[in-house]
Amino acid sequence: MHKAVQGIITPLIAVGIAVLIGALGMIATGHDPLQAYGALFVGAFGTKVNFANTLANAVPLILSGLGVAITFKAGLFNIGAEGQYWMGSMAAVWIGYSLPGLPPVLHVGLAFLVGMLVAGLWAGIIPGLAKALVGAHEVITTMMMSYIAIYLSHYMLEGGPMMAPGYTPQSPMILPSAQLGMLVERTQLSWGIVVALVAACVVYWIIYKTTLGFRLRTVGLNPRAAKYAGINVSFNMVLALFLSGALAGLAGAVQMLGVQHRLYDSFSSGYGYTAIVVALLANNNPFGVILAAIFFAALSTGGQAMQIASGVPAHLTEMISGIIIFLVAAKEFGAIFQRKRTVKRNLTESKGGLKV
Amino acid sequence: MHICLEVKEITKEFPGVLANDHVNMEVSEGEIHAILGENGAGKSTLMKIIYGLYKPDFGTIRLYGKELQFTSPRQAIETGIGMVHQHFMLIPELTVAENIVLGGELGKVHYRRKENEALVRELSAQYHLEIDPSMKVKDLTVGLQQRVEILKVFYRKARLLILDEPTAMLTPQEAEELFLVMDKLRSQGVPILFISHKLDEVKKISDRITVMRAGKAVSTLETKATTPQELANLMVGHEVILQVSKPPQKAGEPILEVKNCVVSSGRIDKVKGCSFEIQRGEIFGLAGIDGNGQAELVNALTGITRIKSGQIFFNGKEITTASVRQRINAGIAYIPQDRQVDGLVMDFKLTENFMLRDFAQKPYARAGQLQKQVIEQHSNRLAEDYDVRPRQTQTLARNLSGGNQQKVILAREVSRDPELLIAAQPTRGLDVGAIQFIHNKLLDLRTEGKAILLVSLELDEIMALSDRIGVIHEGKLMDILPGGEVTKEELGLLMTGVGLEKEG
Repeated sequence: MHKAVQGIITPLIAVGIAVLIGALGMIATGHDPLQAYGALFVGAFGTKVNFANTLANAVPLILSGLGVAITFKAGLFNIGAEGQYWMGSMAAVWIGYSLPGLPPVLHVGLAFLVGMLVAGLWAGIIPGLAKALVGAHEVITTMMMSYIAIYLSHYMLEGGPMMAPGYTPQSPMILPSAQLGMLVERTQLSWGIVVALVAACVVYWIIYKTTLGFRLRTVGLNPRAAKYAGINVSFNMVLALFLSGALAGLAGAVQMLGVQHRLYDSFSSGYGYTAIVVALLANNNPFGVILAAIFFAALSTGGQAMQIASGVPAHLTEMISGIIIFLVAAKEFGAIFQRKRTVKRNLTESKGGLKV
Repeated sequence: MHICLEVKEITKEFPGVLANDHVNMEVSEGEIHAILGENGAGKSTLMKIIYGLYKPDFGTIRLYGKELQFTSPRQAIETGIGMVHQHFMLIPELTVAENIVLGGELGKVHYRRKENEALVRELSAQYHLEIDPSMKVKDLTVGLQQRVEILKVFYRKARLLILDEPTAMLTPQEAEELFLVMDKLRSQGVPILFISHKLDEVKKISDRITVMRAGKAVSTLETKATTPQELANLMVGHEVILQVSKPPQKAGEPILEVKNCVVSSGRIDKVKGCSFEIQRGEIFGLAGIDGNGQAELVNALTGITRIKSGQIFFNGKEITTASVRQRINAGIAYIPQDRQVDGLVMDFKLTENFMLRDFAQKPYARAGQLQKQVIEQHSNRLAEDYDVRPRQTQTLARNLSGGNQQKVILAREVSRDPELLIAAQPTRGLDVGAIQFIHNKLLDLRTEGKAILLVSLELDEIMALSDRIGVIHEGKLMDILPGGEVTKEELGLLMTGVGLEKEG
């Protein structure tokens, strides 16, 4: 219990400081922070529709954030969630429009499955195997694979095999049998939120309750002890990247089936990068990921309302995210120092003769 | 003869450890002075103090009469102390000359390659350290890289050369080369401080030897007037007289057979064809000076590294290529030497550490799911049986004392009911109570008919517990002797490789 409280206090402090600095920025530029934040809050949570849209925005963040959290737990840094999201989207959309006649449950399930598989392999095969076999750093490989995925989608949509008839670079609409039902009408909130919440529970279960999670955590905390324990370190790294990619792919699939219903040509969904911040702020706790994702989703949906109501540019929310990253990173440093101090203290205590 | 370096009453205490305890020594001009001691004896701490990396709590150091201030390595370098570290500090992509002059090169913005190379050539001729200044460091052998390090030191006008375990990374041939270089430097009057835990090379090259043990400079001896045996005794010391009551027992059939096992680490063979067997109901002690291949042999037996050649049989089956997990399941338990690095996950709870090697086995896991209740019950029982303090199994391993951390490992490994327990320095750094506890557990296992391989640097421990003692020296098993009869002196001689002459 004590630990849970501690786990939530640090992110809250980070958020609080970031919001305060944002307020100072507003005062400096002649805006009223109370009014602006009020508008942001109302814009994000004030009405049923706004709240639903915030949650809808949180769905891909929760799913890809869970993916990043898994790799962090295994001591890896997957920053290619964006590309994995695109691979999952492409695969899911393709299944969604090209297989008529399937019953809805099967069609949706198949689209999810293929999206996860493709994105999982995208992260697992090249970055995973390169890490396991030759030690290539996953930060580089996952990021590079991201670009490949995004440009692959440009190719697919700009005159490529997935382009819909016409001149707009976009895919055909997915069939109704592959679309997720809406939870709240006239919003973007689909059953995808349920998928995301279930995924958070499943990830929590995997990490803390299964032997697979035990392996991943051991590898993440102490690879040498993992080797000593007979755990195949390389294999588990590949597996962690695969799972991570699969979740980012699921994020793409859910977004396609639940919200967009077709793939548009674009440079970035923005979800894959925010996912890293989500995982950091959540300290890799799957339930924390839900809260952190909703927080960042609220910043982006509420930001527009804030700009309209108070004239504060919506980009201010990005500044707030930036400050949060900074503070969370600083906290990590703080933890390292604290650890050093504890070790020292332990040594000093043991000086009086180890009591055994 | 002039005194070059004078160390007086140097004392340095780390929390819980007196790393240097009123150390006194001096190095004269033109001598090779060796500091001999086992790992953890305080050699490195002393060197770091001389080099300005640590500030001593007490004591003074003078170099040619000038007192050192211990502020920074820069000050030490300026005073004339040149240190060649065990791990080189070179930039592989740069040439020899560039590495040597780095930070003090001729020319301002423009690097004058030819002049700098000429300078290095001159330097290398002056000290008889032949090297091509235009070669890239990455293309050099390790031995030559070390030569670059030495030249670097002289480029900075060193008046005292400190070599920290210089042969650790070298092949025997390269080590020979180094000794020739040291000999030449000595004839030019350069004083050398030579740190080593290898008795034979110290005996071979040095003029005087200061032996360190447990933070103290035990004795300084003229190399010519001493014997390896005397040095070994000084190094190992007679610390704790261990009280162990060991009932006589007949050993059973062999359980582990090792045949011509060769293990290499990097480019060097660390274990060079060891053959032995361990029988049920015996404690087989492996004695040797640290770094003679024990760690590599143990890694090979536990499956952490693959052997280069040879065969290993366990319980009649060949396990030469078996994985760590297969060996765990076959009944090989292992207490690693470095408990905090290999044996425990420091940020795991005790429950998780108790499970570290069995988490996927029934009844602790079913269908891939950890069985929390079973695990907690088992952990509580282990903590109780092995008297782990504090008794809370939800504590992180990090927060336990060394003795209790070791008990967690011991509990985990012994409770698996292994056929063979490999215990690498199981009592290192523990207090007497914990040592006794662990010794008794090992003897209990022996009584139950299990086999134990005890690797230890403490001769007293090996002699008190072992039924048979294998002595390893430079990766070779010198001899296997019955535990009850052998004397410490005999072991000491074998550990230094003296038995080799007898054999061949």
